[in-house]
Amino acid sequence: MEHIVIIGNGISGVTAARHIRKLSDKKITIISAETDYFFSRTALMYVYMGHMNFEHTQPYENWFWEKNNINLKKGYVKTIDTNSKTLHFAEGDTLTYNKLIIATGSKPNKFGWPGQDLKGVMGMYHKQDLENLEFYAPNNKVCKHAVIVGGGLIGIELAEMLNSRNIPVTFLVRESSFWNGVLPDGESEMINRHIKNHHIDLRLATNLKEIIPDENGKVKSVIIEETGEEILCDSVGLTAGVTPNIDFIKDSNIETGKGVKVNRFLETNIPDIYAIGDCAEQHEAIGNRRPIEAVWYTGRMMGETIAQTICGNKMPYNPGHWFNSAKFFDIEYQTYGWVHGSKNKPDYEQHFHWKHDDDTKCITIAFDKNTNAFLGINTFGIRMRHETFNTWLTEKRPVDYVINHLAEANFDPEFYKRYEKDVLKAYTNQFQTV
Amino acid sequence: MSNQTTHKSMSLVKPEANDLSVKQKIAVAIGAMGLLVLALAIFNTNFPNKTTFLTLSLAAIALGTILFANDAYLTKSEGIKNDGVWFKSISSRGVLAWITGILLTGFYIILYFFPQYLGQTPSGEPNTGLISLFDPLSYLLSGNPASQWFVYGTLYTVAILVFGYKFMLKYRHNRYEQLRTISVMFFQLGFAFLIPELMSRLNASPDYNLPYYDLKSMWPLNYYLFDSWSINGLLSSGALGFIMLMFGIISIFVISPFLTYKYGKRWYCSWVCGCGGLAETAGDSFRHLSSKKLSAWKLERWLIHTVLVFSVVMTTAVIYTYLGSDPNKFWLTRSAFLLGVGILLTLVFSITMIFKRHELGKDARYGAIGYFVLIAALFIMHYTGTSDKIFLIKASALRSVYGLYIGSIFSGVIGTGFYPILGNRVWCRFGCPMAAILGFQQRMFSKFRITTNGGQCISCGNCSTYCEMGIDVRAYAQKGENIVRSSCVGCGICSAVCPRGVLKLENDSLKGRINANEILLGNDVDLLDLINSK
Repeated sequence: MEHIVIIGNGISGVTAARHIRKLSDKKITIISAETDYFFSRTALMYVYMGHMNFEHTQPYENWFWEKNNINLKKGYVKTIDTNSKTLHFAEGDTLTYNKLIIATGSKPNKFGWPGQDLKGVMGMYHKQDLENLEFYAPNNKVCKHAVIVGGGLIGIELAEMLNSRNIPVTFLVRESSFWNGVLPDGESEMINRHIKNHHIDLRLATNLKEIIPDENGKVKSVIIEETGEEILCDSVGLTAGVTPNIDFIKDSNIETGKGVKVNRFLETNIPDIYAIGDCAEQHEAIGNRRPIEAVWYTGRMMGETIAQTICGNKMPYNPGHWFNSAKFFDIEYQTYGWVHGSKNKPDYEQHFHWKHDDDTKCITIAFDKNTNAFLGINTFGIRMRHETFNTWLTEKRPVDYVINHLAEANFDPEFYKRYEKDVLKAYTNQFQTV
Repeated sequence: MSNQTTHKSMSLVKPEANDLSVKQKIAVAIGAMGLLVLALAIFNTNFPNKTTFLTLSLAAIALGTILFANDAYLTKSEGIKNDGVWFKSISSRGVLAWITGILLTGFYIILYFFPQYLGQTPSGEPNTGLISLFDPLSYLLSGNPASQWFVYGTLYTVAILVFGYKFMLKYRHNRYEQLRTISVMFFQLGFAFLIPELMSRLNASPDYNLPYYDLKSMWPLNYYLFDSWSINGLLSSGALGFIMLMFGIISIFVISPFLTYKYGKRWYCSWVCGCGGLAETAGDSFRHLSSKKLSAWKLERWLIHTVLVFSVVMTTAVIYTYLGSDPNKFWLTRSAFLLGVGILLTLVFSITMIFKRHELGKDARYGAIGYFVLIAALFIMHYTGTSDKIFLIKASALRSVYGLYIGSIFSGVIGTGFYPILGNRVWCRFGCPMAAILGFQQRMFSKFRITTNGGQCISCGNCSTYCEMGIDVRAYAQKGENIVRSSCVGCGICSAVCPRGVLKLENDSLKGRINANEILLGNDVDLLDLINSK
């Protein structure tokens, strides 16, 4: 029987395994060095905040794997021998495969800062990072102050986590406004204010110079690049993005760049070896997407696709319209289609921006200023329906249509106040259309 | 392999943020003083001015809760407030939770089985102890001295009101939660507490002999509606009594199926019902304790439907016996009644099996067939004369067994006493026959569902964790499937705690209500077509 081995038990690898099991009775083994069972990485923050226990982050009960005949192996793959199709584990044992799926995800970026490997310095990605944080920042007695370096989605989540235990936080953001490489200015500035409202010491356009140790090799303070200011702290979170977690592959015959190089069929240069999820790098970017997409949903979609290919129904990875979501403290964010921040905005893209007076809700709608075609929407504090926007994007609806039919896309709970009329009024005022 | 089931926080040191603030400590002290007055009354402290002390006691309990809630929620920005839920002793099955559970359970046991310890005396003699403390309020409302049920009803109503206030502050960003809570507070205060008390004033007149009747409490939750004392009371209370009886019957067969069709069973379970009202307010801190295991779901389905069958058999027997007591009194004869019940049950069973068979799991079909055969057998034995008693056992025996084990022990002692250990909806989930009927209607022919938002789910588990009914909401959401479950009471918390805007409670068309997606939204449409056409 064909043996499919998957390295990595995250959303990509587990989705692949589940779909291969649905489509076939091949032997399946999932390998992980991180945890015994699949858990939702994005939910780790809620464990630290006390919303959930760790087992609540596991989407399947522990009997699920045996019942579905999916073998789980805990171990760390040290090398891959592609000639003999053998995995060598750090623990000394080996495992042979017929087909191999690499789904090892990411690891936090470290940019060579002095002191980046000190005790008390950590990323927020793996379960082990969470255990580290519990050790170095269990409360505001042990951790009197924390510094976060890097203003992306993980950075703001870490700020929310520390805040939930009343640990004072200084948040160093390289950009001039939070996440403005992605978000348009109006939105980014609203989130700046929201972060400050939660008593976070937000430092924009600020870089880390170095991390200073105490006599025990534990972090004592950080030095700011621009001002030379020293900030005393007991732990440092490095959240300046992630990189594919593929060091163990570098010595093999498998072609790598930043990630494992794959074609549209998610095939590597070696037959019978595939890569999916955060660690896969497309030879050429698909549409406006980046060659490496470190997002939950794309990992899941690649897992669904690779399962088809492995089970004899060869299929390219063909993602539909872009979508994503996040939560910034109390403000939910969803995006459908493409809305670019000011740095990366193409010439043809024009924005309509509406913000509620309470400073917790806004939307930005992008459209083509030549054709008036709707390109995408960012929505903050108002939930929108994925299916509706997906349809409108496929049908290439004009922006006027979208503004006039916004109510159809609303996904807020019943009885919530609605803002479609305000939005329409603002739109009419801004663009003088009827 | 063992998984950290007992893990609380991974740290050895207690997270600091979850200690009580000074204001919260003061609030707890004020509330505790209110409870202390009640405790002293139990131990027969004779308060000089009962009106003053009762007022002081209830006001202190209310004030303590209000001050506590204000400090806990109004000092923070609007949003989800679940920080530290699994660290706090009271909400994570810690020592405080066990102490609270034992005290509550003890209170229910005394209330149901040893009311003399609360100061209940043989009729005619004045009350003593705790019950006598409530005499002034009872005289004010109904003109009668208090009973253990009056004490219970008052405390129950106070709990729903003050914890309802707390819940509304906690969800002050969420209008669905606010309106729902106002609704349960209104129905508890008005329909369950004030109206029945005021109605009993009518009984001072010889024209009225009304039984205690909570207007919103429907059969079979109100399992004593068809007891002979209840029917006799209603029928001997003129037009009003007759209207009330008719309202009770119409509620069962017309009003409730219609509302459940339009809105799902939430119209009752989380907007009107008193049991649900207490669970949603005082029980809110324990909602995450319900078991989400598949095994718990299996137990739930067998248990709740067994209780339903029990209550149908019991009620049929009670009415049958009642009809027999005076054959000339009613147009309805015993055998016509039995035939009617038999036809109704057969109709429900046949229609379900013919039209909805494919929507039911195998075990649900077997269960339905099993129960149907059981009831049919009882009917046949009766008609063929194998047994001269309806359903083998005397109706009165059935009725008292039901009242003791289901009405008292299950719904009260276990259902509420175990809040801090098993979660706040144990009775609603495993035992309530009313929930079983409404759930059946919801599953079979309601417009209600929880819609999943395309491919946005990140499987974080907040929805499942905070589902008080133990539904594994995530299992559906991460597959892009709508949630259509008979047990869902529509509290809306899964939607509220979702960090990605994935869940929405909706009433929409019946078509496409239950959807199974092979591939989630996000992958290209060609793929979707391909998989679906397979």
